[in-house]
Amino acid sequence: MKILVCISKTPDTTAKIAFTDNNKKFATDGVQWIINPYDEWYALVRAIELKEKDPATVLHLVNVGGAENDAIIRKALALGGDEAIRVNIESQDSFTIASQIAQVAKEGGYDLVFTGKETIDYNGSSIGGMVAELLDLPYVSLATKLELEGSNVKLTREIEGGEETVETSLPLVVSAQKGMAEQRIPNMKGIMGARTKPLKVVEPVAVEALTSIAGFELPPAKAGVKLVPADNPEELVRLLHEEAKVI
Amino acid sequence: MSVLVYIDHTDGEIKKSSLEAASYGAKLASQLGVAAHGLVLGTVSTDLSALGKQGIQKVHQVKNDSLNQFDPGQQATMIAEAVGSLGATVVVLSNNVTGKALAPRLSARLKAGLVAGAVALPDTSNGFVVKKAVFSGKAFAQVEVTSPVKIISLTPNAFSVSNGDGSAEVAEINLTVPAAKIKVTGINKIKGQIPLSEAELVVSGGRGLKGPENWGMIEELADLLGAATACSRPVADSHWRPHHEHVGQTGGAVAPNLYFAVGISGAIQHLAGVNRSKVIVVINKDPEAPFFKAADYGIVGDAFEVMPKIIDSVKKLKGK
Repeated sequence: MKILVCISKTPDTTAKIAFTDNNKKFATDGVQWIINPYDEWYALVRAIELKEKDPATVLHLVNVGGAENDAIIRKALALGGDEAIRVNIESQDSFTIASQIAQVAKEGGYDLVFTGKETIDYNGSSIGGMVAELLDLPYVSLATKLELEGSNVKLTREIEGGEETVETSLPLVVSAQKGMAEQRIPNMKGIMGARTKPLKVVEPVAVEALTSIAGFELPPAKAGVKLVPADNPEELVRLLHEEAKVI
Repeated sequence: MSVLVYIDHTDGEIKKSSLEAASYGAKLASQLGVAAHGLVLGTVSTDLSALGKQGIQKVHQVKNDSLNQFDPGQQATMIAEAVGSLGATVVVLSNNVTGKALAPRLSARLKAGLVAGAVALPDTSNGFVVKKAVFSGKAFAQVEVTSPVKIISLTPNAFSVSNGDGSAEVAEINLTVPAAKIKVTGINKIKGQIPLSEAELVVSGGRGLKGPENWGMIEELADLLGAATACSRPVADSHWRPHHEHVGQTGGAVAPNLYFAVGISGAIQHLAGVNRSKVIVVINKDPEAPFFKAADYGIVGDAFEVMPKIIDSVKKLKGK
């Protein structure tokens, strides 16, 4: 059994969002970087659990980006995984990234490719589906549970207003979300061990991007809250009906 | 040349998010001066000609019950074939659970650039540029699509449903149906509730409500307004409310017309899930709660005193 977990680097949830270069680039000054929470808490931890169940499982991590991503990759390796692969290319559009991951997945012959449901920066929810299509594999997105029974896989995925159980078989691509696993904190042994785990750097395959970012903008500032006195909540209802016109 | 809208359905009904996508697709088609077509894979119990109200001119359907079970690989292959045979240059889907599985597959298959989670019509004055929310709603990006075929998945509740009086032509389309690789073995829907992702109004409760036994007032207000119910992360983590109600960074993201938050302090992780709501109301007894900074209306007060009065007032408003 070989598992590949896609690890993305994102600004910390509390990072200040600002732009430079005429609003064309995200301002990275002072930004704390983290492993994309969906990749870490759900995809990676579930993969680690599967390896704990079956220690013969090979667990690799993949990241697409420059050498500045290595610190994040080591953090992920501190949680678990045998080795990491970084595709050395400046992050571009999701199709370029997915194409690099698909190439790594193809060469490594993985049975299961795991991603988080989306990254918290571009919120595209696109990588898993693109990788699945490029590899011609089934794709279960927004999965909250995954159980292996030989090469048969039972999953639960989100649907509007509920969930659905599905069955498919390996090889498979899955995007994971809350419910799949619980966040873990790396222990000292993991952190020490991560330093010596292999981190292979591979060169990218040539792919033409399909989209590019023409610019960013911040949402208009809120006018400020209109406070209604606590002894007159009826006024709130009136405002919502007559002014905001939402009820 | 045409804009092709993928029409998603469940339990025989077209999803509201797909009616939004149809309205968006039709507006885009007229902006580009091309035809607006719809594609329905599977069977529905409603009259598809009614998509004319949203501006769709022709609906193509593959009437095959097996397609009601969703396999994104199978459906992406079929949509790609339809794009080729109909000469579509733009495909529009909703960025709902189905669209999130389907749009990226279709993008990779057609080598067509995808804007996932569009919030406005494209600017086609110079190229093809589409606005989408990024950084969990804290900013927007203008994404330029450079490929010949373009795919847009539209954020639910970001575009209103048009209701004209047109009628669409409905025809069956002959597409190869590849074998499904994913078998649906069970569906567990929460009955009688409005799905959070589709809700126009959301009433949400936090730790300030002290315990699950106090959710009656949240449910009563939601019921009166026709709103969905939601909750903050600590509430879901303490199992006071089911996980699917959790909105925030790690839960679901919503963008309703009204987000009515009771007893939620508004941590940045919670705001990431709700900051695209059009109007935010915050009821909290702590005047320093960070949520007030993101709110449009607020009451600094005890929810247990304020909420019954609000419920009475809404009852009067609704004539109940």
